[in-house]
Amino acid sequence: MDDKLIVGGREFGSRFFLGTGKFGDKEAMRRAVVSSGSELVTVALRRIDLDETDENILSFIPEGVTIMVNTSGARNAEEAVRIAHIAREAGYGEWIKIEVINDSRYLLPDNQETIKATRILSGEGFVVLPYMHPDLYVAKALVEAGAAAVMPLGSLIGSNQGLKMRTLIEVLIEEITEIPIVVDAGIGRPSHAAEAMEMGADAVLANTAVADAEDPPLMAAAFARGVEAGRMAYLAKMGRERKGAAASSPLTGFLYDE
Amino acid sequence: MMSKSLSGIDLLHLTIDDIRRIFSADDRDFLEEMARAARELTRRQFGRTISLYAPLYIANYCENECVYCGFHASQKSMPRSKLTMEQIDRECEALAATGNRSILLLTGESRFHSPPQYIREAVRIAARYFSYVALEVYPLDEEEYRELYLAGVDGVTLYQETYDRARYDELHLAGPKKVYDYRVSAPDRIARSGIRHISMGALLGLTDWRSDVIALFEHVRSLEKRYPGVEFGLAFPRLRRVADDIHHYQEVSDRDMLKIMTAARLLFPRVGISISTRETPRFRDSILEFGVTKMSAGSSTRVGGYLEGEHKYEDGQFEVFDPRSFDEIKTMLKSRCFDPVVTDWRNIVNS
Repeated sequence: MDDKLIVGGREFGSRFFLGTGKFGDKEAMRRAVVSSGSELVTVALRRIDLDETDENILSFIPEGVTIMVNTSGARNAEEAVRIAHIAREAGYGEWIKIEVINDSRYLLPDNQETIKATRILSGEGFVVLPYMHPDLYVAKALVEAGAAAVMPLGSLIGSNQGLKMRTLIEVLIEEITEIPIVVDAGIGRPSHAAEAMEMGADAVLANTAVADAEDPPLMAAAFARGVEAGRMAYLAKMGRERKGAAASSPLTGFLYDE
Repeated sequence: MMSKSLSGIDLLHLTIDDIRRIFSADDRDFLEEMARAARELTRRQFGRTISLYAPLYIANYCENECVYCGFHASQKSMPRSKLTMEQIDRECEALAATGNRSILLLTGESRFHSPPQYIREAVRIAARYFSYVALEVYPLDEEEYRELYLAGVDGVTLYQETYDRARYDELHLAGPKKVYDYRVSAPDRIARSGIRHISMGALLGLTDWRSDVIALFEHVRSLEKRYPGVEFGLAFPRLRRVADDIHHYQEVSDRDMLKIMTAARLLFPRVGISISTRETPRFRDSILEFGVTKMSAGSSTRVGGYLEGEHKYEDGQFEVFDPRSFDEIKTMLKSRCFDPVVTDWRNIVNS
């Protein structure tokens, strides 16, 4: 099945993206990337230390996998832009996941600052994937600002609650057709990932649920398959779920026939 | 059986009132449940990672008379010193060579001997060696915090010691620290200055730990609402029992500590919790799972103390109960399936 995902002009065979934080052991993280077949991983700039020779997180990312640096720690557009510049100067590439979070309790993204940062960085040639609260107007503004994809949150980061934002994400999927939609955050199970893909999301990013599993590589593979299954179901145009029966005449009508 | 007084408490939606009830009950089963919930929440929020840092005392001059502290001003037998910028540079170099990337700079509380300008210069030096620079110094004005922020400070640690005003007055005999309000309002000034991380705590045992911890929680919660962009941290240093206890300290047991730490995690899912080397290795290692996100490693609590062969510096502020080196702590964490995180910050103000 030829079903490539294209983001920022690059082709991806896998629609599963993996975050690299929270793993109890970097080798397990590496094996999770491999076993999932993920071709794009996110790394927080704040976790990268090139002087840390034996433990440097980048050395655990398999070759050929696209590294997308995230701006974790940025409280506003200006800080996100600065982090992106540091990443570029350090040679970590042009792929940036914008995370502008000015709320330490829930880690909710600041949509307005995210739009600003997206506009600046895409103007400078970065491939920008903004993490956002699923709001239609914001998604449209992000498209206009040059985002390569939008990454609406499924539910609160690290909550494993799944698609609490389902209705709003469905609106984005319906209305935003110019760029891919990658559901990020709160995806706690492979079935959540499958659900997002069945709805028509273009890709899913997970981290906590994989990192926190007893066997992260196995869980990563499970997620990748959940994503694939959901994608296939979407392409197969599965039948719609119906609430209750939809018979044209009542099934119990015979009782009242005279 | 769980005690009746605790029934109906939803551990994932705790209120301060629930915590009051939890602190006044002594229920083994409930504590077990709290520990499980705290462990689960910590894993979800932070994964299996623990960040490491080390303190560097750059001075120990002090103008305060805190009856519980070995550094207090009238302690004439305590040799006083402060490091020169050159010494600070060498200490930082030695500490960074152990692999550490996160430093906490401490001074005694003397504005005269360790003025803001001195602290600022020390910060500029430390920022060259470390990805994260925090300070534990006397409370300052907002503008002074702002200047430190611009010099490269990522975090400030400031303990209120006790929230019981009368007791505070009784234990702080003299010195600028005697002014309760200036200290308790410092986190507001730190937050407004732009500094990103604020670590708070009370010295448990000065009075009833229950009321201090609850006051601390209320303080942090109100700050969180006013300054949502600040990342708050909590620490729970406790007084060790002393032979000649004329000040009527109250003991905080290991069980109390677990109760406090798990309550902190459940009430503040994202807050960093650190555990100091004042705790024994056994206690530190066993409590790791239940909310801890940060620990000091290879600590010296003497002025300086990281340059090999230079043991000319004074006795520490308190006794280090966990003497393990940076590498030993890393090995311990790995053996417990934790990833020891050395770098988790990038200062973007001065880089």
